[in-house]
Amino acid sequence: MARTLSIDADAAPVARTRRRPYVLTRVLQMVPTLLLILLTAFVLLQLAPGDMVQVLAGEAGGGSPEYLARLRQSFGLDQPLHVQFLLYMRNVLSGNLGFSFRNNASVTALIGARLGPTLLLAAAGLAVAVGIGVSAGALAAARRGRPVDRLIGIAALLVYATPGFLLGIGLMLVFAVALPWLPVGGFVDAYGVEGPWAHALSVARHLVLPAVTLGALHAAIYARFTRGAMLEVYGQDHVRTARSKGLSAGRIALRHVLRNALLPLVTVIGMQTGALLSGAILVETVFAWPGLGRLAFEAMQQRDYNLLAGLILCSGTLVVLVNLAVDLLYAVLDPRVRLK
Amino acid sequence: MRSFAPAGALRALLLMTTFLATALGAQAQAPLRGGTLVVVSNPGEPAVLTAAFNQQGAVSAISTKLFDGLIHFGEDFKLEPELATRWDVSPDGKTVRFTLRPNVRWHDGKPFTSADVKFSFDEVWRKIHPRGRATFAAVESVETPDPLTVVFKLRNPSGVVLRALNSGESQVIPKHLYEGTDIVQNPWNAKPVGTGPFRFKEWVRGDRIVLERNPDYWDAGKPYLDQLVFRVIPDATARYAAFDTGAVQYGVLMPISINDLERAQKNPKLRVEFRGYDWLGSSVAVDFNVRKPPFNDVRVRRAVAHAIDLQALSKVTARGVAKPGTSPVLSTQGRFYTTDLPAYAFDTKQAERLLDEAGLPRRADGTRFAVTLDWLPFGESYLRYGEFIKQSLRRVGIEVTIRGQDLPQFMRRVYSQNDFDFIVTHRTAMGDPQIGTDRVFWSKTILKDVPWSNGSGYSNPAMDGLIEAAHEAATEERRVELYKKVQRQAQADLPSFTLLENRMYTIASRRLQGLATGSDSAYDSLKNAWLAP
Repeated sequence: MARTLSIDADAAPVARTRRRPYVLTRVLQMVPTLLLILLTAFVLLQLAPGDMVQVLAGEAGGGSPEYLARLRQSFGLDQPLHVQFLLYMRNVLSGNLGFSFRNNASVTALIGARLGPTLLLAAAGLAVAVGIGVSAGALAAARRGRPVDRLIGIAALLVYATPGFLLGIGLMLVFAVALPWLPVGGFVDAYGVEGPWAHALSVARHLVLPAVTLGALHAAIYARFTRGAMLEVYGQDHVRTARSKGLSAGRIALRHVLRNALLPLVTVIGMQTGALLSGAILVETVFAWPGLGRLAFEAMQQRDYNLLAGLILCSGTLVVLVNLAVDLLYAVLDPRVRLK
Repeated sequence: MRSFAPAGALRALLLMTTFLATALGAQAQAPLRGGTLVVVSNPGEPAVLTAAFNQQGAVSAISTKLFDGLIHFGEDFKLEPELATRWDVSPDGKTVRFTLRPNVRWHDGKPFTSADVKFSFDEVWRKIHPRGRATFAAVESVETPDPLTVVFKLRNPSGVVLRALNSGESQVIPKHLYEGTDIVQNPWNAKPVGTGPFRFKEWVRGDRIVLERNPDYWDAGKPYLDQLVFRVIPDATARYAAFDTGAVQYGVLMPISINDLERAQKNPKLRVEFRGYDWLGSSVAVDFNVRKPPFNDVRVRRAVAHAIDLQALSKVTARGVAKPGTSPVLSTQGRFYTTDLPAYAFDTKQAERLLDEAGLPRRADGTRFAVTLDWLPFGESYLRYGEFIKQSLRRVGIEVTIRGQDLPQFMRRVYSQNDFDFIVTHRTAMGDPQIGTDRVFWSKTILKDVPWSNGSGYSNPAMDGLIEAAHEAATEERRVELYKKVQRQAQADLPSFTLLENRMYTIASRRLQGLATGSDSAYDSLKNAWLAP
């Protein structure tokens, strides 16, 4: 044990000194990645059948050829495609993501207003997922083969197999309608609240059901995964050593098994971030949560190209950043990992 | 079980008595001031907050609280004053003189004048309103002899002009904030300045739009409510739950699913209101692509009409609430409506006879031909209409494939590429057949790319003659007579077949009093609305 620790002590400074250039390199690598994402998004969006101006006219209640032409001209859609792309890129590079013609607002403003709620929901969902999932998985692994293990297995399977919107509506009908403990949806009390604390409390109350819905689906995955990863570690020599030293079962589970099982789990969490963001679309719809998911869904329905490209860029950035964070976390969790 | 019954009945009786007492008490009460009304924004979040150039349902539902029209509709399409206190039509029908209401102010304090009306007409209604060019085709010019007089000069009498000046269709916007700007992209569209009973407070995208009482409203003392909060609730089940728990108290344009309607009608806290939708006039129709076989043959179109049991369609898809269609002009459209038309009773034998006559006999496998039906992606109900049509037509040997797609693809397929056999779609009447009906049957409305135009490609000189004569009819009686002929021609040629007259509904809390019940009151300004305790 003492020997292991001394190796840790040697390794840590090395990792730390190399981390800064590593982070910088990774951030620089993000730029071409994001540009590629943007180009792909632009091309894919143009390939999608349908026309934003036609949808706008359809929504507005009809029109005439002159009306459509006027809108096209006003939005710059009468320009050749490559000109549109170059203009768009010029704007993006100067920090302007363009104008959403459907919403009559700048893309930056629209995304800015929705980013906070989405990050809050994703973070709360992740906390629920990791909190419940990892504890349930650890418990199941520690009680392998016992009734509690089987119960957790069945519960995880059931939750995982339940469509997200069904789970959301079920929770809403129970906790907001039958037992009116929580609001049915929205971000903050519609009647308005006074003061920052009341506001935060109101947001928290509105957050509970969406976060639990979003988190529960992922918790099921994490529970299964944690159990599997921990069982693998349980069979390893150092656990047997710990047992022979007479350490308590709880201490072994937490210090010697869970910590070693966390590494693959962190990988899964990183990979699931994208799914968490897309899963938010459903949850945001059911609970009227004003997030990016719903905005993206509506933008697709309306072929709102600028907004969609902006959203793809935004979610691309988020996923890339989360993956970077995961890589950095490896080094924290396992000092043997060198960041180069 | 038996012992519960009397208790249940007693409780119901008690509940009913209390409810009646409350309802009567509320009616007798004078309007109470104050309070916030939470409204569900439906369908979805609006794009802008002025309907001057965007007639999306959610836009109209909110903007009609912020803006006024020159007139509004009372019951049975009776014209009532709003920003105009009176209007006089010259004997030859070519001059309409409006006297404007004095001392009306925009929400920013600037006075409202005839210049605002002229600006709205010249720059918005005529140029960028989706239907304005057609509606106001007869208007030669708008003159403003003084700040409180507006004169519409017409080339020929045009009955539609007066019927298109309500705030749902033609909103007056402030010249001083829009002149010299790109109106469609003007930032004031998202934080409007109107003359209506409520003024804009805030818009938190994706969550809520807040309007507050306009203390300087021209109808002194009104509105009664302090605040309106429009909330966006995308999921239908969640919307019902929000009504049920009192989280929202008002919503128009069928804010809950038809499947929840019965529950709402039985819910003692809620009221279901069917009035207020005559002007909007929503219906469901099948449009045939008459450019190509098999629907270029009128016998095949008539066969389809005979093969669908509209009564059953209403029962299966709309819980019997919708009324079977009889004409492209709806029964709620007042004097324009007539039943003296070719009708297509449910008669599969007649359908089969017509198909045989058209040279489309049953083949060895029992089918006659196969076609594809595209449904308008305005919610699942259109898929259900499609499924019903598929099953109906199978009985007479027509194989139908149902094709789904999102709105942009549907629009492109139907109005740009004309690449379809037949569609099940939505139609709105907008108060006048010249606005709602012409666009489906007039050959001049075969317009590439233009949504809700004559996508069928139907063209008949006789029909064109009737429509054009109606546009220039010297009297309203003559116009009504001509539109009855238009309906006869339409029902005979059948490029479009009206399946159902939708009965749209408003859901309101029983606490909400003072709602208007005029022909366009789905878009009520809520100036008389108040909340009982």
